[in-house]
Amino acid sequence: MELYSLTITECRDLLDRKEISVQDVVRSIYGRIRAVEDKVKAFVTLTEDMAMQLSGEIQQQTEPNKLKAQLLHGIPLAIKDNICTKGTLTTCSSKMLSNFIPPYESTVTSRLTEQGYVLIGKTNMDEFAMGSSTENSGFYVTRNPWDLERIPGGSSGGSAAAVAADECIAALGSDTGGSIRQPAAFCGVVGLKPTYGRVSRYGLVAFASSLDQIGTLTKTVKDSAQLMNVISGHDPLDSTSAPLPVPDYTAALGQDIKGITFGVPKEYFIEGIEKEVEASVRDAIRKLENLGAIPVEISLPHTGYAIATYYILATSEASSNLARYDGVKYGFRAGGKDLMDMYMNTRAQGFGAEIKRRIMLGTYALSSGYYEAYYKKAQQVRTLIKQDFEKAFQKVDIIVTPTSPTVAFKVGEKSADPLQMYLSDIFTISVNLAGVPGISIPCGFTTEHLPVGLQLIGRLFEEELLLKVAYAYEQATAWHKRRPNV
Amino acid sequence: MKYETVIGLEVHAQMLTDTKIFCRCPAKFGSEPNTQTCPICIGMPGVLPVLNKKALEYTIKTGLAINCKISPYSRFARKNYFYPDLPKGYQISQYELPVCEQGHIEIVIDDNVKKIGITRIHMEEDAGKNIHESALPKAGGGNYSFVDLNRAGVPLMEIVSEPDIRSSGEAVEYMKKLRAILRYLGVCDGNMEQGSLRCDANVSVRPAEQKELGVKTEIKNLNSFKFVEKALEYEIERQKRILKEGGKIIQETRLWNTERGITESMRTKEEAHDYRYFPEPDLVPIMVDQQWVGEIAKSLPELPDAKRERFVAEYGLPEYDADLLTSEKSLADWFEEAVRFGGQPKSVSNWIMVELIRLLKEENRVIEDCPLKPKQLADMLRLIDKGTISGKIAKTVFEEIYKTGKDAETIVKEKGLVQISDAGEIEKIVDDVIARNPKEAARYKAGEEKLIGFFVGHVMKLTKGKANPQMVNELLKKKLIDPHP
Repeated sequence: MELYSLTITECRDLLDRKEISVQDVVRSIYGRIRAVEDKVKAFVTLTEDMAMQLSGEIQQQTEPNKLKAQLLHGIPLAIKDNICTKGTLTTCSSKMLSNFIPPYESTVTSRLTEQGYVLIGKTNMDEFAMGSSTENSGFYVTRNPWDLERIPGGSSGGSAAAVAADECIAALGSDTGGSIRQPAAFCGVVGLKPTYGRVSRYGLVAFASSLDQIGTLTKTVKDSAQLMNVISGHDPLDSTSAPLPVPDYTAALGQDIKGITFGVPKEYFIEGIEKEVEASVRDAIRKLENLGAIPVEISLPHTGYAIATYYILATSEASSNLARYDGVKYGFRAGGKDLMDMYMNTRAQGFGAEIKRRIMLGTYALSSGYYEAYYKKAQQVRTLIKQDFEKAFQKVDIIVTPTSPTVAFKVGEKSADPLQMYLSDIFTISVNLAGVPGISIPCGFTTEHLPVGLQLIGRLFEEELLLKVAYAYEQATAWHKRRPNV
Repeated sequence: MKYETVIGLEVHAQMLTDTKIFCRCPAKFGSEPNTQTCPICIGMPGVLPVLNKKALEYTIKTGLAINCKISPYSRFARKNYFYPDLPKGYQISQYELPVCEQGHIEIVIDDNVKKIGITRIHMEEDAGKNIHESALPKAGGGNYSFVDLNRAGVPLMEIVSEPDIRSSGEAVEYMKKLRAILRYLGVCDGNMEQGSLRCDANVSVRPAEQKELGVKTEIKNLNSFKFVEKALEYEIERQKRILKEGGKIIQETRLWNTERGITESMRTKEEAHDYRYFPEPDLVPIMVDQQWVGEIAKSLPELPDAKRERFVAEYGLPEYDADLLTSEKSLADWFEEAVRFGGQPKSVSNWIMVELIRLLKEENRVIEDCPLKPKQLADMLRLIDKGTISGKIAKTVFEEIYKTGKDAETIVKEKGLVQISDAGEIEKIVDDVIARNPKEAARYKAGEEKLIGFFVGHVMKLTKGKANPQMVNELLKKKLIDPHP
């Protein structure tokens, strides 16, 4: 077995038993990257020199130390390029930040660094996390390792593809409307979006502050639980992070799921869902039943308003969050004859089409005279969507849905039609609006060998239960063992 | 036609917190440009604001001091606009749900107390500063502007009044009272020159009988009491003139041109920004704990109005004295300390109001670093009471204490300023003066009593002012009528 294909758990085990060194793993990863990255294009920046040097230092720390190393000590991870890494380019896949090197570290990567992780590189994404395919990257499109003609999903497409193609052991992404779960589904990996407030957003370049959440992309459910143990918890630098204790997410893994009730929302099996996707998800539901869980039909009646609500709130916040890219302080600046001219040239040339579209939508929705009809109304609907989930969770422990109505589509297939593209996130968006956690796990393949994702949704701060059910399903199936042939 | 003026003020007060409102950078004034900045206050990607609790405490404190309701639930909002000194492209402020609402301040106008309503107090962050140095020669010959972000993120309170103010004089009184309260509370230094207290004024005029408000203009950034007064006076007259000539006031924002002494149009309503306010998603709503509000209320110092009333009641001071002494907390404290050391209140007040304030003004000093200590004044007053020095000599002694810091007693000894109260000694001099001025003595005897001053003057001159004036007076009167009793 090649070292690059290891999971965190396996890698930790081999390192602790001194069967391999940190350098061995890191070298293997970069070997793999050299072999496949030209085809996959998962990374914006590779940090090989730094990683090799660091892995030597880390290895030395472990040699004399007989104590058990920290979980991520020496584990090579990839980080989405909208998470700030001190001293390493953080571009958000945008021309606007193509030269931006943060002088500060995000809280999540600080926590990884404390553990001694090795940064492999920064992964490609839809520019500023706006998109569902990485086709909106300001640099290039990442390809789906299962079929290079197809997109990996987005916006965390680079992270998902890197994990699927074994270009890292695991990765972090961010999820505003499905940006972890949808690419995880398309690439056949595990993607967890935690509860809003579970993980600090400090250092995550904001797209829509009330929806953004950092999460994990991993080869297994257990790896996700382990990463969550490190990145979760209150951060004094993020007032929206919850001051709640964090459980050991690995503790419940392996417990049986008998008697757990799961809701299947009727609104989620609609026209437009691909037959093979529906079939895989129905199979998965039966599997959960076989494992002792109890299905309950539920209704989330405001589901139909989720996309409209999301595209008003997310774009409104984005229009404000992206105002700082004005050419004055850092990042890209275009010339101009005066201040206004410089602003306009910088933003016209620095942002891609989708960014400009969303800034315009959001600016419009917040404008005086329209605020009540759009932003305020959308906030009210958001409350209704939240209440849908609250009511559902009075009846059931978790909710089970497809992650996306389709499998990975072809490059260019939807990029000309933003609305078609937006529909790709129809099953994931409500979860962000409600703030609840969601996980996508592999639940089958189409006849074209494309992975299908199953989404499990939990109550606020009940990632533990989600992971427990996901783990039980994963252990009872073999989908996660399949690897693409890049 | 008679017109009525309607004014509402929006006062921005920089809070005296050690650090900025959303990061830990120092908030002090006057450092080298961009040395008090961090990724948060310069708006780098991915950073988040965290509220400085002290700023909230100061805002609540101010709210309580000016009789506001403290909202149990309030929120920050984003005010969106582009400007180089605004690094995030939006200012974090409050919009729909401010911390404090519905208060009032009392001012005295022509001996009548008038209540000025306070609509709200909200917290916000200050912007940075653009510096235009077109004069500096630069490579390439272009004109450059610079941005200093030291001030970006310094906490501000915006205190908004109701349109209850009816003249420029009332506006200034209101500003003065507000400034005194803020300084009493220690939440703002009130320094208008440095911009830590500044004000925007909304002004309109209407025919005296009319109920609806007239069209208003807003005058931005008035940073001294004088400018508040002058700009308002100018603007009121301008509006009245337009109305008298049958014209219409245009709703607009105007700027006070200090040099020309006029207000000038900055932008009209049509050109006004649409700030696209919406709730700040990076900060959780503020839930104010009522117990904490209670603790803050208990910690409030005695405020100017209460102190003034107490000074009148407790020390028997006239309103005028009490008003002046309580205009600054430090001055009131100085007064009370001198009284505690035994100074008679009215005497202490006189010495402060006449001599001390004059000396401080000459040197442009504030009471906080007055070299003359309250105890020294009390000691000097005791020397006057004992008859050791005369009131007149005391002026010299007072200035000497102020200059050298020495005690009154030492100065009196060193300079030989002890009052001559020996009746025999004074009598000799009195006799001598009368003898040398027989014509004046005769006129006095004939009834020209005001000539007593002439003789007193001579005696004082001969004794270098040291003769006990009361004794001199008495002896002169006696001797001028009957030189040889």
